[in-house]
Amino acid sequence: MRTILHIIKKEFLQFKRDPKMFGIILIAPVIQLIFLGYAVTLDVNTVHTLVYDQDNTKESRNFIESFTSSGFFKVDYYAGNYDQLKQKLDKGNIIFALVIPRDFSEKIARRETSPVQAIFNGSDGNTASISAGYVATVVQGYSQNILMSYMDKSGRKLLPTGRIEPEMRIWYNPELLTRHFMIPGIVGLLLSIITLILTSLAIVKEKEIGTLEQLIVTPIKSYQLIMGKLIPFVILGFIAVIIVLTAMSFIFSIPVRGSILFLFFCSFLYIMSTLGLGLFVSTISKTQQQAMMIAIFGVMMPMVFLSGFAFPIENMPKIIQYISYLIPLRYFMTIIRGIILKGIGFAELWRETSILLFMGIVILYLSSLRFHRRLE
Amino acid sequence: MNLNRIRAVAKKEFKHLFRDYRMLAILFLFPVFLLLMFGYAVNFDVHHIKLVVYDQEYSEVTRTMVKDFTNSEYFDLIGYVNDAHKLKGILDDKIAQCIVVIPSDFSRKFYSKRTVKVQVLIDGVDGNTASIIQNYLTVAFQSYGQNLTVEVLEKNGMKNYQPIDLEARFWYNPDLQTTRFLIPGLIAMILLITAAISVSLSLVREKERGTMEQINVSPVSSFELIAGKILPYLLLALIDAALILLVGYLLFGVEIKGSMILLFITTLIFLTASTSIGILVSVIADSQQVAFSMATFITLLPSFILSGFVFPIESMPWPVQILTNITPAKFFIEIMRAIIIRGVGVSSFWDQALYLILFTTVIILLANIIYKSKESRA
Repeated sequence: MRTILHIIKKEFLQFKRDPKMFGIILIAPVIQLIFLGYAVTLDVNTVHTLVYDQDNTKESRNFIESFTSSGFFKVDYYAGNYDQLKQKLDKGNIIFALVIPRDFSEKIARRETSPVQAIFNGSDGNTASISAGYVATVVQGYSQNILMSYMDKSGRKLLPTGRIEPEMRIWYNPELLTRHFMIPGIVGLLLSIITLILTSLAIVKEKEIGTLEQLIVTPIKSYQLIMGKLIPFVILGFIAVIIVLTAMSFIFSIPVRGSILFLFFCSFLYIMSTLGLGLFVSTISKTQQQAMMIAIFGVMMPMVFLSGFAFPIENMPKIIQYISYLIPLRYFMTIIRGIILKGIGFAELWRETSILLFMGIVILYLSSLRFHRRLE
Repeated sequence: MNLNRIRAVAKKEFKHLFRDYRMLAILFLFPVFLLLMFGYAVNFDVHHIKLVVYDQEYSEVTRTMVKDFTNSEYFDLIGYVNDAHKLKGILDDKIAQCIVVIPSDFSRKFYSKRTVKVQVLIDGVDGNTASIIQNYLTVAFQSYGQNLTVEVLEKNGMKNYQPIDLEARFWYNPDLQTTRFLIPGLIAMILLITAAISVSLSLVREKERGTMEQINVSPVSSFELIAGKILPYLLLALIDAALILLVGYLLFGVEIKGSMILLFITTLIFLTASTSIGILVSVIADSQQVAFSMATFITLLPSFILSGFVFPIESMPWPVQILTNITPAKFFIEIMRAIIIRGVGVSSFWDQALYLILFTTVIILLANIIYKSKESRA
């Protein structure tokens, strides 16, 4: 126990000697949080629009007005010909171009169907399809208004039925903010970065400088060395988690609805897996550069993409969904989102919790074994 | 400046790289791996939404409506419930993503020309998915109501009439493929990582091991050293970019619509910008750990979040929109999308290219100033 404490002390001394590192570890999460909180959104608030109005009548201007008054569209340009439209789309200035034909108002007055063209910049598929949804809704509403006005003139009701009006209630995140989804995930991400990448770097550094051999010839046992090397990063990880949770509730007012104690307990279970993986990376790499690359590309990136951190697992192909069951972060993401956003606890999350416990023990045990064998 | 000395440094760095076969394998394999990941795993198209129905009317009309919804690929019916108390647990345990609650007077109200309110409960944890579900359901209810109306109209011998026929067209990417959109960003990210991070690590490694001082006393000037150190990584990064484009074409059918030469030139400009960041980091950091943390923090994070790679810049609040200009990836991604997806020429992106050159100059100057002030202190 004494020996372990000494190694921990040595590690912390090293932190202290390198204040830049310490600053990065503590400040980076907060800046990351602010970035993710404010910048990450897939919502489309403003559809930059170009209008090519060949009709240019009161009716067509009303039609354009119905777009701008919906609040989603901002008409940036009016085009006088087709070339201007093409040029703006090519340059990428606009997402959506509305083309109103010359006989638009005439046809509507004659109760004929008038075609209207909507051209979207499809390079960003997500934005394009969301914008297309807005356009469809506006056009639908405008059509309905035209029908209604007919009804008034002839004095009889055109529609023989009522309407179905869905009343949407969004649970857990009523304003549909992407940040409520992303920020709790950052807790998982940060814990992974600190306990996985930094641990492996710290161990490989000793290898690279040659001090690991000096440590081996001392009477320190390999389990003591492992513990001493890992514990400081566990402490750092928890400090980062506390910072993130505090910033989360103060800056973005996302409180933790469930039990914080349970959250810490689960974080500990999760850290066992990441420490194990970090240890494993350190056994297969010789230089810090290698360790970093393997840790980022081989472990972190798949974890981030397949854990449901940003991209919903339900949308992925079946095979990839099966692979995602092997990712510990997947279970931890479900747990933190459950605790923070839904306020649920062990009763609902016992399955994920036990899987994390099992994975943690297996990964940490196997990696320590490998590390131990490498030392000898 | 002496070309021979640059060549000598580059040769040494090449040897370092090629002796390190693991590093080399990583630098070549992982871009492809990342592309596969992005191509298959990153998908914002929401299909097979898990739906639970609490149908208080349970008539022919409401059952057809549910069947109508679940006939499409958008909704999968998980089941019916008949107890309002069970609803909370369904969303809590992620059994379903949305619940439709049909009132008991659905048909009666609808056919007596009144508005029927149907309650929908949606799991909002993932805001993006939730708003897409919301859109789908709005459209689904709308079109089902319309179908019923047309049915009644036709029974009464009247014709349905639609004032406006909307014809939507998607240019550049007609099938709205996400991969086509993501590949330019992916190339930018991988180039930044190989160029900025690897260059800074390889420079700082010399500092950390003390070999930098040996080089300092040799006739190699700092410009020659940096140029020689950068060359191998530039070459590697270019090969990586070509590899991604090739795999993107073979696996995902992403073609380059514009000019290859332009693509090559702009890539070189971007690579210089990325290596300038690497140089700046190597001037500040004294250990590889610090260099690594700094480099990932100032390259990887902004290039992922602020570059418009995945998240549209137009939707960010304006202070953040201004902030997005700190990442060169933003400009390179715009250029790449212009060339690869839209196939347009220089006239559409010369300003972005100019900005990248300006960016590089500023960063190099900054690195120079910091280097000088550090030396004068030492």
